[in-house]
Amino acid sequence: MFEILDYLKDHVLMINLLIITIYLGFEIISKVPTVLHTPLMSGSNAISGIVIIGAIILVRQADSSDYLTLVLGAVGIVLGTINVVGGHAVTNRMLEMFKKK
Amino acid sequence: MQYIELLYIVSTVLLIVGLRKLSSPSTARNGNVIAALGMGSAILVSIFSPMANDQGNLLYIFGAIAVGSVIGMVYSKKVEMTGIPELVSVFNGFGGACAVSIAILEAYKFDASSTIGLMGTTYMALFIGGVAFTGSLIAYGKLAGKVKDWKSGISSYFNLVWLALCLGLIVYQVANPSAYEYLPIIILVVSLIYGLSFVWPIGGADMPVVISLLNALTGIAAALAGMVYGNMVMLLGGVLVGSSGAILTILMCQAMNRSLINVVVGGFGASATSVA
Repeated sequence: MFEILDYLKDHVLMINLLIITIYLGFEIISKVPTVLHTPLMSGSNAISGIVIIGAIILVRQADSSDYLTLVLGAVGIVLGTINVVGGHAVTNRMLEMFKKK
Repeated sequence: MQYIELLYIVSTVLLIVGLRKLSSPSTARNGNVIAALGMGSAILVSIFSPMANDQGNLLYIFGAIAVGSVIGMVYSKKVEMTGIPELVSVFNGFGGACAVSIAILEAYKFDASSTIGLMGTTYMALFIGGVAFTGSLIAYGKLAGKVKDWKSGISSYFNLVWLALCLGLIVYQVANPSAYEYLPIIILVVSLIYGLSFVWPIGGADMPVVISLLNALTGIAAALAGMVYGNMVMLLGGVLVGSSGAILTILMCQAMNRSLINVVVGGFGASATSVA
């Protein structure tokens, strides 16, 4: 139990930021018109690909003979890049369609 | 080069501004570009920033990014306009799979000095990322007409029990880290199955809402992974997607005049009982 409290105590700054950002996310989205629901979902999906940074850090720290980490980490980077690049590209295509209307 | 990490702050601001602009019609396209710039700069910083125990391995990193970029570009160009929601679902699933791959590798790096908080965060990232991964693939299958709707009376009870099993295994593993060597793998498999059983009973017509919900989950998995690495961009970007995705999911339900609970538990567009 105290270990959990210690963990929270050591991350007070992070937890504060977390709470503020949660509220920020609520506020940013709360007035979005219905037509933008799908493009916004697609755009924020691309942003959730930020998890790729974890995979990059993992591969950078992997020993060069640790093939399991290198290969699985590289697969993670491939999947994350597809999420980021594909997500932004497909969002752009959707929003292009909006413009013509 | 030692100050390059300051660029993470710029990336965070770009992501926030991009998301804000994405949510109003006249600025949405610029918003997407700004968010993409934020992503790009964050990725560059993560590749070039100084790091303890840096082994390089740049060939793997650039190779993987090149492969992923080509695949992502090709599919987003090729897809029919009507097929975009299912493609978004696949992309979201890949983001979840990325979280899974890093969480399972981190889980096998734990030793006696690892704190409960670190282990708990990693296993939650594994669980939530796994659910987002398989759940998104089922959502894709339903939208593409490859997975038929199926629901039995016990599916909501099964899901509750299975969720309890997932969380129970995680608690057990964090409390007894070295009890069973294969338990992290078992937690992974159980989480993947939960993603399947969670989405399968939900009617195909409700898939856009489910994809938005799974998108929020991927964001939370990214945020948890960010806590594991102490990386602020991952944490803030992930939380931003998690919270805005949650609100967006609720707004999408309201647009259909339903409640989220009704969509998740009600299955099959049982809108007769909805009072949303």
